[in-house]
Amino acid sequence: MSEEFAIELKHLTKRFGAITANDDVSLGLRRGEILALLGENGSGKTTLMNMLAGIYQPDGGEIYADGHPISIRSPRDAYAHKIGMIHQHYKLVNVFSAAENIVLGLSDEKKLDLKQTNARVAEICARYGFDVDPKKKVYDMSVSEKQTLEIVKILYRGADILILDEPTAVLTPQETTKLFAILRNMRRDNKAIVIITHKLNEVMEISDKVAVLRKGKYIGTVNTAETDAQKLTDMMVGHSVTLNIDRPIFDAPVDRLRVKGLTCYDAEHVKKLDRVTFTARGGEILGIAGIAGSGQKELLECVAGLCPVAEGSIEYDPPEGGSVELVGLTPMQIRRHGVALAFVPEDRLGMGLVGSMGMTGNMMLRSWKRGKNPFVNRRQPKALAEKVLTDLEVVTPGIDFPVRRLSGGNVQKVLVGREIASSPNVLMSAYAVRGLDINTSYTIYNLMTEQKMKGCAVVFVGEDLDVLLELCDRILVLCGGRVSGVVDARTATKEEIGLMMTSHGEEAEAHGA
Amino acid sequence: MEHKVKTPLFHLAKRTGIAPSWAWLIRLSSILVALVIGSLAIAITGNQPIPAYRTLLEGALGNEAFRRQTVKMAVPLLGCALAIAPCFKMRFWNIGAEGQITAGALAATLMVRLFAAKLSALPLLLLMAIAAILGGGLWGLIPGFFKAKWNTNETLFTLMMNYIIIGVVAWLQAGPWEARQGRMAQFPANACLPKVLGVHCGWIIVLVLAVLIHVYMKYTKHGYEISVIGDSMRTAQYAGMNVGRIMMRTMFLSGAISGLVGFIVASGANNTLAKDIAGGVGFTSITVAWLSQLNAFAMILISLMLAILTKGASTLQTQMGVPAAISDIITGLLLFCMLGCEFFINFRIVFRGSRPEKGGKQG
Amino acid sequence: MKLITDLLVAAIIYGTPLMFGTLGEILTEKSGNLNLGVEGIMFMGGAIGLGGVYYYEQAASAPSFAVALLIALLCAFLAGALASLIFSFLTTTLRTNQNVTGLALAIFGTGVGQFVGELMRLKAGGYVTVSNALKSAFTASPMPAFLQKIPVVGPILFGANWFFYIGVVLAVCMHLFLKKSRVGLYLRSVGESPATADAAGINVTRYKYLATIIGGGISAIGGMIYITTSAGCTWNNEGLSGEGWLAVALVIFCLWRPLSAIWGSVLFGALMILYVRLQVSFIPTELYKILPYVVTVIVLVITSLRNSKDKQPPEALGLAYFREDR
Repeated sequence: MSEEFAIELKHLTKRFGAITANDDVSLGLRRGEILALLGENGSGKTTLMNMLAGIYQPDGGEIYADGHPISIRSPRDAYAHKIGMIHQHYKLVNVFSAAENIVLGLSDEKKLDLKQTNARVAEICARYGFDVDPKKKVYDMSVSEKQTLEIVKILYRGADILILDEPTAVLTPQETTKLFAILRNMRRDNKAIVIITHKLNEVMEISDKVAVLRKGKYIGTVNTAETDAQKLTDMMVGHSVTLNIDRPIFDAPVDRLRVKGLTCYDAEHVKKLDRVTFTARGGEILGIAGIAGSGQKELLECVAGLCPVAEGSIEYDPPEGGSVELVGLTPMQIRRHGVALAFVPEDRLGMGLVGSMGMTGNMMLRSWKRGKNPFVNRRQPKALAEKVLTDLEVVTPGIDFPVRRLSGGNVQKVLVGREIASSPNVLMSAYAVRGLDINTSYTIYNLMTEQKMKGCAVVFVGEDLDVLLELCDRILVLCGGRVSGVVDARTATKEEIGLMMTSHGEEAEAHGA
Repeated sequence: MEHKVKTPLFHLAKRTGIAPSWAWLIRLSSILVALVIGSLAIAITGNQPIPAYRTLLEGALGNEAFRRQTVKMAVPLLGCALAIAPCFKMRFWNIGAEGQITAGALAATLMVRLFAAKLSALPLLLLMAIAAILGGGLWGLIPGFFKAKWNTNETLFTLMMNYIIIGVVAWLQAGPWEARQGRMAQFPANACLPKVLGVHCGWIIVLVLAVLIHVYMKYTKHGYEISVIGDSMRTAQYAGMNVGRIMMRTMFLSGAISGLVGFIVASGANNTLAKDIAGGVGFTSITVAWLSQLNAFAMILISLMLAILTKGASTLQTQMGVPAAISDIITGLLLFCMLGCEFFINFRIVFRGSRPEKGGKQG
Repeated sequence: MKLITDLLVAAIIYGTPLMFGTLGEILTEKSGNLNLGVEGIMFMGGAIGLGGVYYYEQAASAPSFAVALLIALLCAFLAGALASLIFSFLTTTLRTNQNVTGLALAIFGTGVGQFVGELMRLKAGGYVTVSNALKSAFTASPMPAFLQKIPVVGPILFGANWFFYIGVVLAVCMHLFLKKSRVGLYLRSVGESPATADAAGINVTRYKYLATIIGGGISAIGGMIYITTSAGCTWNNEGLSGEGWLAVALVIFCLWRPLSAIWGSVLFGALMILYVRLQVSFIPTELYKILPYVVTVIVLVITSLRNSKDKQPPEALGLAYFREDR
């Protein structure tokens, strides 16, 4: 039975300290087949594949190649077994050209001959339909070009078993279509392909088989043709979810934040926001949808005063009346006006929390500057920490235990709990439920709604359209730094928003949206 | 065909926690290892290591005079380690304490030259201290400013600043301020720090500083800002901190304390200024600060330990003909071993087939 | 004209030790290791290199310069390699902080250098020095006399000592190695992005170790050159002080490019001895000595102002790499 598997994992287990990332996972890959590895964020998909790629060492279990036990101690070993992985964070050297990146680590040829490399690259490109300029430096490449380069790099090494970690997260729909065409070409070429994803529509579109992981455990493998999105969701989350997010209506929404013509650039002078205009109302949750990297992060940062605004205005109307221009104010001044940012970027700890401090120290981030006393006041933050601990049921050995060592959900609760505690007038959050289990996610949704019912203007940047549609009152859709439209979440459909995410307003209208 | 499963013999895993007693045992044994290796160097000179170490200890602590000398050597080490601590906590690699000491001493000496004849001891000493604080602070502020404004690499910048100020003192010493044979004049009595218990009162100043820095780092808003920046620059900005200003302020403070140490050394220990006034203290103190894990009280112990070594080694040279450079060798070895041992405190070596560590059991 | 020629000739003599120190450190830093222990490494290279030559001459009945030269190079190289092995073991294997470990190595190496120097002096009962014949061989040029006699160009291009030409060849080789060879490309990738190199199957640890050890050996040769040429084959405890730090400065000044180290070291050499050759009444001699450091600071500031992607330090310089970091 196991003979037909190109690679078979048996009872793999991996722990990081007290956390078990993979618990007794068994799985098989076949040639000429695309396997989707499906699971929620934090279910251990990437960790599992990293063990195949030689990045992590398993703590238990075996790996078989064509029926024989193997050990993969390093990426080099992985290549020897023709396994190649495209990581979510591209592993490329920025100051090198494409060709230099491709030959990195190859030991078969003695002399460095970039000309010959270029020829072979051209051959691979022609075979599968890539477009790579071997002389281009990586720092001049777009995200999709970098991804293409990664795939070419692995094919160049003669990999038969390709693992792609969330390959579509950063791609436009057109680029995704192109990638899928390439994957099908490779399947025809009898390669075994694994794509790690949590997007069901992609799973249905591209894969032959689906393997599902949940909280580090292997749930099962099914043929894509014999399943549907609902069944897969059930496998992924364990029980069938009908998202039932409570959405009460606040009686009298008032304009709280009026953003007009907001434009900003990043450090590389790339335009990240292009004349963004919208209004956020108190007593409303304004959802923000868009493909990753469409300007969501920059938008929130501009409002919070963390990102320099090139053009445009952000007017804030406090409940007590009047109007304040936020552009040009320091982050501190903006916060004093009651604009709170529960910003949760990819690395929760990178911004918003201090990993090495306990809950008390993190609560102080809000209050540290209060008063003229040169000494910090620890009493109030400590009381607040205890309140958040009990209210949100944070699991921690103690309020002074470094938050870095807490689990993702608990870290999130600390962050959101602190932001809410200041009873803000505007509460902004980005990817607030990323990596959280269903229960904790609901806790966060309820907290957002609670704030809304207090008259707070909530801005909620989300990834999951289902959630956005059920949680928010209105949804602003961003595409490439521009607003492609604002829809009423009660009447809009997923397809409508999906289309807007991929095309700007005018075009979306032309498509008849 | 035989396929053998080859799992690596061992791999590393981060510890979830370690009992403090184990950690201290590891640290203590690392000191022992350093002394054992150091004894090889002693053996090369044809001496028995154990009597040599005894001579070393006696030379540092054997009598009142030796002990005073040892304390005198520990004072600047402790002072500079305290100066460096806030910078390192902020992950600002200030390795310019050497220059900041010199700048402080230079400023203090300038005051002596200008006002020694006009002022009595107390106002003169105060004036010298203030000048030293400003001089050292300014010398620290310059790299801090460029780091804050343009993110100029501070490690290399502070390093270069050392040699610039030392060059300036070398010029003064051999030129405009020369008294005789390339040396500057001794300070008049009113410019010298008074003695307490036989050692210039600098030791009281640094001990008070140790307490102050401890309080500053742990309980003040400034200390909190520094810790947040050290953990994550983004979070600090998010919390509304002006990172650039805090960086410059901390660098000024760090330079100022080093400058004060420069004043203590010039006025209390040497009673004059010379280009080698810092004498490597600025570099050694960095390792003192790091080994103490920025704990002000641990710095007292470690700086004393290194001072004992240095003082003892000079006795070793006079009594047994072992070159005094042995102290640098043993200091280096101590640093190597103590730096390296942290690895065994933070990581666990997992051997093939051994059971996984149970979470939290040791914590 | 004579003034400039003399200045250049002297600049080359003083710059050659720096060139080796710098080339070694460039190799080290290309692997992502910031070894601040160059000062100590050069002390060790100087003392142990001199020791090798001194004891060889004592032992040999008819000492030959070629053997002496080889022994000097080898002893210094081994001393530096050993010192860098300690650094590599601590920073790469035991993951200690590179800044602090480098400083510890600077203290240790300075101590070892002085210890060895003192010990030789004690054993010899006086100054340790080699015969005049060897001394002059170390400073003499390997080039034919007629070339050296060409006016102006001769003394500058053909009048330098052995080490200068070895250094130039080394710089060119290192340039070709880093730019054109496979191993050089891999080494650069380790310094730029160890995670990428690792994922590509490059043994990051081995590259870091080898580059740092060989780099340290080359730096140490710089210390030996200073002692055998500028210092006249005599050990003194202060002779080398500051040389290693200047080499670290020069690495920045050269923007991590081996070819620039050739002219950079001559320039720094010129700045170091400018006070002897070019006495200007209103600039005190001691102040000339700080010029190299001032120039480096200016270069440092300018590179940080300009945002050129090709002129930056290796991206992962000074950072420890641990594959399973999470």
